[in-house]
Amino acid sequence: MSASDTPKRSLRTPLGRVRNLGAAHSGTSDFWRQRITGVAMTLLMIPALVIIVMLLGRNQVYAAQTLSSIPVAVILLLFIFASAWHMKIGMQVVIEDYVHNEKLKLVSIMLNNFFSVAVALASTYAILKLSSGV
Amino acid sequence: MQVYRWTLTMALSIIHRATGIALYFGTLLLVWWLVAAASGPAAYAHVQAFAGSIIGRLIVFGYTWALMHHMLSGIRHFVWDLGYGFKANEREALTWGALIGGIALTVLIWIIAYANGGGR
Repeated sequence: MSASDTPKRSLRTPLGRVRNLGAAHSGTSDFWRQRITGVAMTLLMIPALVIIVMLLGRNQVYAAQTLSSIPVAVILLLFIFASAWHMKIGMQVVIEDYVHNEKLKLVSIMLNNFFSVAVALASTYAILKLSSGV
Repeated sequence: MQVYRWTLTMALSIIHRATGIALYFGTLLLVWWLVAAASGPAAYAHVQAFAGSIIGRLIVFGYTWALMHHMLSGIRHFVWDLGYGFKANEREALTWGALIGGIALTVLIWIIAYANGGGR
């Protein structure tokens, strides 16, 4: 037991003290979102795989036509949204576990955010462009 | 770490992370594919040439396994989150299930893919 473990006299409630804490400084919200996106991807896995297998060996015209259909586009958009969010949280957990230099940790977390958002946005833009047919 | 006897669940925990990291960077392939499809026939042909090459096929095969393994291993975590499967034999069964299931699903998907003309 270190000195910091002994309760200090405070007006703050136990709930108030744990708020905004945890390794991610965000409590359990990332934990919960990691589960939501994981379940979403598990549910979307079969339709997403069917779409990809359907397009194997087909040319760009056929692929563009398939990808621009509304159900296909919506399934892929949901899958991409869930993936990007899931992988952003997952990589952040890995960074927080293994990168102990504070500055390097912050830079890594920032790059992780940039990468995940870029992946999500580039894929979304491509699908929307195909859907709008320009 | 060296003081712990290495167990299957420990190894799978590392593999869950490793496959997660591989899938993370592998999303670049998905982005490349979608952006190429939106860009036009020439860009799409590049993706197809890469995906059809030996190296490309190996990478996509590895990606398929990483995805299937990570999904099943993740489902195992959901079971634990719900408070089930903590007995030693249940733990082992879930872990073997993820390991064998991941390989089986990968092979199944590739058989379907080839049957559907992926070998073109």
